[in-house]
Amino acid sequence: MNSTILLNIVRFILLLAAQVIIFNNIHLFGFLIPFPYILFIILYPVDGNKVGLLLSAFLLGIMMDMFSNSGGVHAAACVMLAYARPTIFKFSFGVSYEYQTIKLNDVLTPERFSFILIAVVIHHFTLFLLEVFRLSNIWDILLRTLASTVFTIVLSIILIYIFKPSKR
Amino acid sequence: MQQIFNYLLKNSTKILFLLLLIISFALTIQAHSFHRSKIISSANFLTGGVYEQVSSVSEYFNLKDQNEQLAKENARLKTLFFNLKDSTALQSLDSIAGVDKTNIILGKVIHNSYNVFENYLTLNVGEKDGVTGDMGVINDAGVVGIVDRTSKNYATVISILNTKIEINAKIKKSNHFGSLVWNGKSTGFVQLIDVPRLALIKKGDTVVTGVQSKIFPADINIGIIDKIYIDNETNYYTLNVKLFNDMTNLGHVYIIKSKHRDEIINLEKASKGE
Repeated sequence: MNSTILLNIVRFILLLAAQVIIFNNIHLFGFLIPFPYILFIILYPVDGNKVGLLLSAFLLGIMMDMFSNSGGVHAAACVMLAYARPTIFKFSFGVSYEYQTIKLNDVLTPERFSFILIAVVIHHFTLFLLEVFRLSNIWDILLRTLASTVFTIVLSIILIYIFKPSKR
Repeated sequence: MQQIFNYLLKNSTKILFLLLLIISFALTIQAHSFHRSKIISSANFLTGGVYEQVSSVSEYFNLKDQNEQLAKENARLKTLFFNLKDSTALQSLDSIAGVDKTNIILGKVIHNSYNVFENYLTLNVGEKDGVTGDMGVINDAGVVGIVDRTSKNYATVISILNTKIEINAKIKKSNHFGSLVWNGKSTGFVQLIDVPRLALIKKGDTVVTGVQSKIFPADINIGIIDKIYIDNETNYYTLNVKLFNDMTNLGHVYIIKSKHRDEIINLEKASKGE
């Protein structure tokens, strides 16, 4: 039991609690909810166990579904994001990302921003597509994805800055 | 055999991903069908407990509104009580006027959602208090929803703002009925579809629950007609109904237990089987 695992467990619980108690009750313009709980998947260690990430992402999603009565949509979106994460890393930080020491919770650079952007878009698009579950509302889905993405990214970046490790 | 194991081992991440994705899809599809309610719901001890704690804090913020509502309802009931014509037919105060086939259970909304297409509420009453599935939920302003799943202490309610809901409703003054659905656009409006063209309706008419509904007693308020459309394909009216209820601000609700529901359903089933 080292400190990384402990940190991730704490992050899991705190983000889930914050999402359920605070962020789920923000209804900007009546329909916009930010989902900064996916920061858990984004901030998971780059060299961490992939199977562990998939399982914990699924657990996180199922808990969210339980709290919002939404079947399995959060679980599907989280698992999708967790599986796509290495590909997004490759896209944002270059092919040899595994050999760099990437720290996501640090000063915002274009690479880090593009990574967070793509991750949030993938998650939100899956989420809203499954939530509505019919293609006749595709414009509505795109609009909600776009609006919520902006909202989530802004909040996520603020959260990263607030909880940045103090040692610089 | 060795090769199969090697293949499985090499692609274990991918296989796990597909497995988890299939489970989530299955849960999603299962949740989208109306008649089989969901496996993953907030009517359990963990989520219900959390929501109850949160609600016990947040209810302080709209105590004033709730008090006002309860005072209004008290005033209305007092008016009813003092104006009774026939003192031998005393109505009991905990029943809705004209309905004595029903029992009322008092509950409180501890979680409310209204921003997605399929909205659910969570109540702080459950099987312990006599709540079971398919009971109607109302408050003093009008219809709120239908009970979906229950646990020992909690219950989830399909909100009237849910694209899956369908309630039998009628125009108060003419008895023409239709189905009440929600198109997912606005939290203040629902739609009454399949109203025959013969019906004489105009803007401002009141819409109430119909007698065909086995879940709600007849004549519970829903809303007033806001806009009237004619469906070109079917020649039926589609009405936009403005809800009396503010679905974004719910406090205490009444759960209606209709004593005759099973009897009616069994009777109808029997005559269809003939």
